[in-house]
Amino acid sequence: MAADYAVETHGLTRRFGKFTAVDGIDLRIPRGKIYGFLGPNGSGKSTTIRMLCGLLEPSSGEATVLGHSVPREAEALRRKIGYMTQSFSLYTDLSTRENLEFMADVFTLTASKRKSRIGDALERYHLKELADQRAGTMSGGQKQRLALAAATLHEPEMLFLDEPTSAVDPQSRRDFWDQLFDLAADGTTILVTTHLMDEAERCHGLAIISRGKLMADGAPNDLMRDIDALVLEIDPQDPRQAAELLRKQPYVKSVTQIGNHLHALLDKGSRDGARQVQMLLKQQGVQAEVRETQADLEDVFVASTGSGESGEEHAG
Amino acid sequence: MLADSLRRIHAVARKEVRQLLRDRITFGMIVGIPLLQVVLFGYAINTDVRHLRAAVADMAGTQLSRSVVSEAQASQVMDIVAVAHSAPELEALLRDGKVSVGLYLPPDFDRRAMSGAQPAAQLMVDGSDPTLLGVAQGIARMPLPVRYVPSRGAPAALFEVRDFYNPERRSAVDIVPALIGVILTLTMVLFTAVAIVRERERGNLELLITTPVSTVELMSGKIFPYIIIGLIQVSIVLLLGWLLFHVPVAGSIVTLYLSALLFIAASLGLGLLISTVAKTQFQAMQLTVFTFLPSILLSGFMFPFDGMPAFARWIGEFLPLTHFIRLARGVLLRGAGLSGMWVDVWPLLAFFAVTMTLAVLKFHKRLD
Repeated sequence: MAADYAVETHGLTRRFGKFTAVDGIDLRIPRGKIYGFLGPNGSGKSTTIRMLCGLLEPSSGEATVLGHSVPREAEALRRKIGYMTQSFSLYTDLSTRENLEFMADVFTLTASKRKSRIGDALERYHLKELADQRAGTMSGGQKQRLALAAATLHEPEMLFLDEPTSAVDPQSRRDFWDQLFDLAADGTTILVTTHLMDEAERCHGLAIISRGKLMADGAPNDLMRDIDALVLEIDPQDPRQAAELLRKQPYVKSVTQIGNHLHALLDKGSRDGARQVQMLLKQQGVQAEVRETQADLEDVFVASTGSGESGEEHAG
Repeated sequence: MLADSLRRIHAVARKEVRQLLRDRITFGMIVGIPLLQVVLFGYAINTDVRHLRAAVADMAGTQLSRSVVSEAQASQVMDIVAVAHSAPELEALLRDGKVSVGLYLPPDFDRRAMSGAQPAAQLMVDGSDPTLLGVAQGIARMPLPVRYVPSRGAPAALFEVRDFYNPERRSAVDIVPALIGVILTLTMVLFTAVAIVRERERGNLELLITTPVSTVELMSGKIFPYIIIGLIQVSIVLLLGWLLFHVPVAGSIVTLYLSALLFIAASLGLGLLISTVAKTQFQAMQLTVFTFLPSILLSGFMFPFDGMPAFARWIGEFLPLTHFIRLARGVLLRGAGLSGMWVDVWPLLAFFAVTMTLAVLKFHKRLD
């Protein structure tokens, strides 16, 4: 039943001319959780979110959001959802308070509710000192807090956040995620897109999207545990030479240099991979310590998208 | 439901006013454009021709002929700067551009004047300047029969045509009512078009689309402040016209504001339609200018409407400015009422209805 899930999609597809931005995505997003879309820029995350908000019409497939079929019932959905766009989309020539007042009026909050909600928002998102400052003069983190305050002013059941932390420093990002967990604890379902692994790792559930396709989904820990690859940490004398050698092997999915270490992903089929790699390097005259290690989310991303490049590189 | 809707419209309108008050350039334009245009057009476009340089060839030299010459001089329309002693000499003065009007009184001037059977004198006019033609006509109407002929090979028929149309004598009094329309065309269309496109360009629209604001509410809220601004501009032009040029208000001022409201509505409709087509503020501006030029040229503001070829007049009938200029001149100068000018009221209403409908239909509440 739709009631169990905040979002359910079947074969959701969107084409722009000949280009397929979103290609047959099936998703189930549980209520009251933070659910992440992880993928590089241009992978179809934003297009998916826009279809779920009713901003774009799907080319085919169907989607149900909070029990409403979109885009047919998009109008009925508007009061129940909050949307934070990728770039700041409130009015830069209005102050914090004026922007919030505008949003409160647009959602026709009652006079008492309007007052209390704006007061709460200014408090909760540390915007009190900025109440009379024009949004255009605020920093990235301040704008982001204002945008979140505006998107949650009408107490939406579901919040769509499109790359919310793209213009924000690390401290503001951490604060922002704390606020997201507060909202989720209040029962708000949150769908957030990101190309940052550390953010993706904090989500309750995660969908990895690449080139418009859903590559993997599940809880981050499950994804890391069930990774379809062997993860090795290699400590060679000459990391660059070792990396070059490894990349030539067909069973090696990817090699990443981290300081003086190498981090390698191997096909799971390659039995006893650690020893095999050590032998290979030894034959070529490279002394190396090789051990198996826990997969991290980036490994999951690389393994599921099948790209030799790292997620970070892809993300850009 | 209606109360909610009104509240959202109010929220959009209030936001728009706040932004407007902070945008100094736009705000300056609202007041600056009418001020500048009234002063410029009022003083510069002055077709009351006076003090034309004239030459006289008085071949009769009688008391009657001399009185005609002095009367022409006294009219201030012409300043006699040269005296010729023959018709060819007079023509030479005209040809060389030394004078623009030549008055030729033949030797038998007295006899011709008395008999009245044929024109007693000739008025030669530099036909290369059309504005002089009207003047020639004015002089020809002087009590004594005087006939005017073209010089420099301008066809005589041209004079006859002008005669037929009997053009109004255009002046500040005539220009100010039309200026109300021109200024409203420029500012109303531009402001609305830009106001919506700006939201799209700055990404505000992407957020607004996910809120309960409907297309009609958004558009209503956005254009309402501009209706007030339009009426303020009308007042500025009227006040300046009255102060500087003593433009009369022959009809009811309420009727004039009603006509202005109709015209503002039509202009806003056009502005909204442009906003649904233009992707950037720059495109919106270009499209506005594109619609502005025909309005200026074909509405009867620049050239007398009746003097235009049929095709141009046909286009002109589709322009709201054409009808508003007629309404404004009718109300201000002739004291007409709206009921008598229904032929110019309904096209404005129709224009508004059509542009508004198209705009709402074209404005998808989606991004694609």
